[in-house]
Amino acid sequence: MDLAAILILQAVSTVATLVIISIGLAVIFGMMRVINLAHGEFIMLGGYTVFVATNAGINMWVAMLVLAPLVVGVIGIAVERLVIRHLYGRMIDTLLASWGLSLFFIGSITTIFGNTTTSQIASPFGAVRIGAYSISGYDIFLVFMAMTIVAGLFVLMRFTKFGLLTRGTMQNADMAAALGVNPGRIYMVTFGLGAALSGLAGGLLAPLSAVLPTMGAAFIAKAFITVISGGTAILFGTASASALLGTVNTVATYLTTPVLGEVALLLAAIILLRLLPRGITGRFLGRDL
Amino acid sequence: MTVTRRNFLRGTAAGTILAAAPAIVGRARADDAIKAGIILDQSGGLDIYGQPMVDAVRLAAKEINDDGGLLGRPLELIFYDGQSSTQFYSQYATEAATREQVDVVQAGITSASREAVRPILGRYQTLYFYNTQYEGGVCDRNVFCTGSTPAQTVQKLVPYTMNKWGKKVYVVAADYNYGHITSDWVVKYARDHGGEAVGVEYFPLDVTDFGPSINKIQAAKPDLVISVLVGGAHVSFYRQWAAAGMKSEIPMASTTFGVGNEHLLMSAEEGDGMIVAYGYLEELGSAANKAFLDRFHAMHGDDAPYVNELAIRSYEGLYLWAEAVKLAGTAERMPVIEALESGLAFDGPSGRVEIDPKTHHIVQDVYLAELKDQQFSILETYPRQPPADTDLVCDLIANPNDATFYFENGLEAAGIK
Repeated sequence: MDLAAILILQAVSTVATLVIISIGLAVIFGMMRVINLAHGEFIMLGGYTVFVATNAGINMWVAMLVLAPLVVGVIGIAVERLVIRHLYGRMIDTLLASWGLSLFFIGSITTIFGNTTTSQIASPFGAVRIGAYSISGYDIFLVFMAMTIVAGLFVLMRFTKFGLLTRGTMQNADMAAALGVNPGRIYMVTFGLGAALSGLAGGLLAPLSAVLPTMGAAFIAKAFITVISGGTAILFGTASASALLGTVNTVATYLTTPVLGEVALLLAAIILLRLLPRGITGRFLGRDL
Repeated sequence: MTVTRRNFLRGTAAGTILAAAPAIVGRARADDAIKAGIILDQSGGLDIYGQPMVDAVRLAAKEINDDGGLLGRPLELIFYDGQSSTQFYSQYATEAATREQVDVVQAGITSASREAVRPILGRYQTLYFYNTQYEGGVCDRNVFCTGSTPAQTVQKLVPYTMNKWGKKVYVVAADYNYGHITSDWVVKYARDHGGEAVGVEYFPLDVTDFGPSINKIQAAKPDLVISVLVGGAHVSFYRQWAAAGMKSEIPMASTTFGVGNEHLLMSAEEGDGMIVAYGYLEELGSAANKAFLDRFHAMHGDDAPYVNELAIRSYEGLYLWAEAVKLAGTAERMPVIEALESGLAFDGPSGRVEIDPKTHHIVQDVYLAELKDQQFSILETYPRQPPADTDLVCDLIANPNDATFYFENGLEAAGIK
């Protein structure tokens, strides 16, 4: 019984982690159709923001929840203005350019900070015990954060004027322009939002991972698999794909080995995309949220 | 002066020649140099291991040259960046052996990179030093392995921690050659000392979510966990372990924790209490080590990387080879191998390292240490430990033509129970 409870909690926390690392990509790739191979490096930059800020004595929560998304959001806007905006609609070109950006970020960070960091923060909250088992309290906080992010993004996209303009622009930029919206600005802000969410992911993961220039590589494949499996409705898609893949991964890892857990995740994604080539939400929800 | 095209070209040409001059002069001078090819990862995910090794080799070469070089000739290092990709190792090993005709190659971090380089250098008859701690079992007259092996580290760590904490061991390891073979050794030594392995778990190198596996360990209720995890992503295991409150429940020991700066990548409270075994730790108190660290920091600055076993063996590996060249009176391969096989020893920062002629491995001092406040404090010293693992399968005195990696398919395949 204890074990069942802890495994369910563990699965929920794995799902939440998938949501957190994918949601920025869902905005940039899912909504904007920009293949951002620098997604992992946006996460890494969020982690570095926390590393630099906490070592400078800034409160860990401020660093994680405010500075990480802010800094990476600004970097995202700069990247969009300098590189991405020249390449909209040219998928292969954005792929190459963002891969270049990814190498550039890894190289710059290595040059500035060296290839390693010294951490002074641990994850807060301690452990939550259930019988003979325990799970990290921070994992439960991540579940709460994932729900907050998804809910916040839903409200932003569904109920605000910015959300309306963004969805309109993504559907038909020319029509939006004809109605007096500046698509360039919408694209810029949306890209910045996606980057900021990736930065937030990096900030939230900083106390649980090794903050290294190459850390992004571990996240990017899973983020793409999740977003593609989710399909066109970015919020519902990402959340449901995370739920499916995260649960498969947790259960398979627990019952067999971590290697087969990864295999099961990939297999689930392959079968899913064979049956629903446009992702979980592609057939039913179209370009809804 | 206005910048016309002609002026600009003239200026650029002159500039280029000036800039190239040191390289050209350097080449002319280097013609009589004794050359060592160094292939290590200076970029990509493995640079965290490669960079301290490169820094240490540079220091060794500088000291050798400041001391008058080798046989009156300068020692020239030719560096290749393996870029964390095995494929580059093959390419650069070939280039070092053929185009540069180096006298020795010191290369390799992962076992995969070693196995890529080893046959190539065997074919081109170029002497090869592998300076990384590894799983043991390489038996090749052309190769010298200066790193510690499981009989030296695991065999000390397992009984020590079992005496301290209990008999039930859970092993977590990286899912590749090194992790598999080393965890075989952990299981073997646990059994040899009356314990048992209640679980062995292998993780791909890019796994970052260890939650389900931590639950699995909780269910198995071991007395201790031994880690053979490798690389940046695996640092998450230790951090998630601490976050789940497991640190106070089940203690942990490792033969890989620290060489990838793990003890710095997590906070003191997450790492404290970890026990490790190595052939060297920066915290060693010997005068030789203190003097070495002063020279190392004088050359590389105060923010130089933490000096671990891999770095120190790269330093001592180059020195062992240099001593052999001096002893042989030539840099030619066979006389140098024979000089090394004469039981050559070098007193380095890690203590006395001595070549074992039978296995081409190192008889070395081994240290157990416990982590406290992101620093290791030495618990035990085991002087002059032989490479007893490789010794079970390897006898280069009786079979000088052997060139086998005996543990390639695990210990059982090698006939070790």
